[in-house]
Amino acid sequence: MEAFIENQFVRFVLLISTAVFLAYRLLLVSKYLCKEYLKQKSMVDRINSYLPQTQCGRCGYKGCLPYAHAISQGDMINKCPPGGISTILNLVELLNEPGLRLNPAHGVFQPPLTAVIREEECIGCTKCIQACPVDAILGAPKLMHTVITDECTGCDLCIEPCPVDCIDLVLLPTSSPRYWLNPIIQNSRFNTLETN
Amino acid sequence: MRFAEKIIESLCVSTRQPMPGGIKPPDYKQETLRSRLMPTPIPEELILPLAQHGNSRSRPLVKPGDKVLKYQAIACSDVTGIVDLHAPTSGIVLAIENFPIPSPVDKESKCILLKKDGLDAEIDHNTLANYRSLSYLELIKLIEQAGIFGLGGAEYPSRLKLKSGKNKKIKLLIINAVECEPYITADEALLREKAQFVVQGAEILQAACMAEHCVIVIESNKADAIKALEQTQLNSSIELFKIAAKYPTGSEKQLIQAVTSKEVPSGKYPTDIGILMHNAGTAYAVYQAVIEGKPCISRITTLAGGSLKTPKNFEALIGTPIDYLLNLCGLNQQTHTMTLMGGPLMGVKLARTDVPILKTTNCIIAASEDKFPPASIELACIRCGFCADVCPASLLPQQLYLYAKCQNFSELISHGLNDCIECGACAYVCPSNIPLIQYYRASKDELASQLENKISSEQWKQRFQHHQYRVKKDKEARRDPKRRETIKPTELTLKISPPIFSREAAKKEIAAAVVRVRKRKAQFIASSGGENTETDK
Repeated sequence: MEAFIENQFVRFVLLISTAVFLAYRLLLVSKYLCKEYLKQKSMVDRINSYLPQTQCGRCGYKGCLPYAHAISQGDMINKCPPGGISTILNLVELLNEPGLRLNPAHGVFQPPLTAVIREEECIGCTKCIQACPVDAILGAPKLMHTVITDECTGCDLCIEPCPVDCIDLVLLPTSSPRYWLNPIIQNSRFNTLETN
Repeated sequence: MRFAEKIIESLCVSTRQPMPGGIKPPDYKQETLRSRLMPTPIPEELILPLAQHGNSRSRPLVKPGDKVLKYQAIACSDVTGIVDLHAPTSGIVLAIENFPIPSPVDKESKCILLKKDGLDAEIDHNTLANYRSLSYLELIKLIEQAGIFGLGGAEYPSRLKLKSGKNKKIKLLIINAVECEPYITADEALLREKAQFVVQGAEILQAACMAEHCVIVIESNKADAIKALEQTQLNSSIELFKIAAKYPTGSEKQLIQAVTSKEVPSGKYPTDIGILMHNAGTAYAVYQAVIEGKPCISRITTLAGGSLKTPKNFEALIGTPIDYLLNLCGLNQQTHTMTLMGGPLMGVKLARTDVPILKTTNCIIAASEDKFPPASIELACIRCGFCADVCPASLLPQQLYLYAKCQNFSELISHGLNDCIECGACAYVCPSNIPLIQYYRASKDELASQLENKISSEQWKQRFQHHQYRVKKDKEARRDPKRRETIKPTELTLKISPPIFSREAAKKEIAAAVVRVRKRKAQFIASSGGENTETDK
């Protein structure tokens, strides 16, 4: 037997087979990890796609993507006031979690607004430019600033830093006006959520 | 060739209805057909909305105070630069401001207010004797310049329709003279009196889209119009096709099904199966544009309803206020309960009547209580299935109603909400008086706004990523001493900044602004009684 193991050729074969076995295990493990990582990533992406992308930070995170990350790690799904009930419903469906009402600690739902700078009062301090999460404010130091209306998410992050309070949040008419209201807004899914 | 045979074969059988469903409401068309079609007197002021077509954006080509001549271009599309609005008469532009426009809610839009000078002086326009010398591209260009929209009510620019046929071979051009909705007689009046122009317009349209065949489709109960058409179309290649009167055969996809027995697939256009459809009114406008060189400045509108003394058809200028027309017909204020734009089944209730006629306004109904009683109480759906029997799009209205009620949008789409033409046949037959169309329209609106939100949120997401990238780069640049030198103010900024701003002036300005803000806050607190402290940061 020993002679058999002593045999150069046999030792070589054993070595090779062990190496192949280990390499195969390594491959499996890395594949598993990779899959988990991708799953995680795609989950974050899917959660993020249901968030309204206003980047307002009312949820306590610095934007929608960080909040999506937190939800995938088990954070509550009812911290997003701009998304309102429809975001929560979508997340309930995606994550199979019980329905929750919007947490009032983070704010209340309201129709999307747009920031407008009263340009004659602007002193050009650039503080709002630094606060804007989507770079929707144009301007230079000591020169008048203005908001690119199409890009503004209405997050209201620029309101607070303004030293002269010259930014207003206004309701702009949308391109597709809503003429028709549901005769009875009797949302059964909404009602079940109310009772929870 | 096979297609031509099919048409001829179907022409032999004069009335057949492959369209599913449909209803036969009483049509009340006789009252408006008693009098002849007549041009309206020009009102003192015309209101011309810049957005004639759905959600298009136009920019004015004139300024307040400008003098304009009849047929002069006054607005063009913001995107393509194609002229889509012409002055209906000569006069002075008083203002370009927001005015109320026809809508179920009180809505305003940017309009050109034109005051007539009474001369009705025309701008030079070329007439054309023989359109056959022109290529189809030149014809499309002429139609394009005349600002013609589908005058049937769909608001679709006719040039786009013609152009869409360029890549796909068009076998059949259908001129739609079917007016299936009660009260409306605009096309019938047009055909009765101007049939030869409509036929010529149809020939031009056929040449412009290079269709192999062209048929004019009309309901078999419109005897006068059929007679006029038969007299004029003797020496033309255009055929006449009669179908039985039934609501809603006048709808594009339903009419194609009724004429050719072919169904336009869901989400596709008629051009995808080699068919193009234009309204008879559009054909007349095309005739005017190409042969007479006159852009689209008027349209035929029916004024009907129990509250009018003399209901009739008018060739009204675009921008004529609706109450002006109503008064011309002798409006009885006591019996007048509401005003509808469009027919009784598909029309919208107008919030106010001092709004202008648009290029798509085919009918105004001044309703009285005997024909339009107030809406009855909505009862529960008893699932009788009458609505499914009459649905011309072969949908299941009762299921759509359930899903619309609980706002289940994925089910609504899979049950074909987008194929619903909002004809109102289901609501007409509903024994429980359920306003079904209202539910579908609300759901369609909701879906549209959801789509819009999705598009903008995608845009915001990308901008947020860019922002983060930029902030990161900026931080790196600040840390790097070599780069710091390069960020020093350039010559350009140095040149601009010193003369405009001095430090003291800026300080003064800030101090003044702070005082202003304090004042406003004090006022605010005084006005709200000091209760609201949330905004007082």
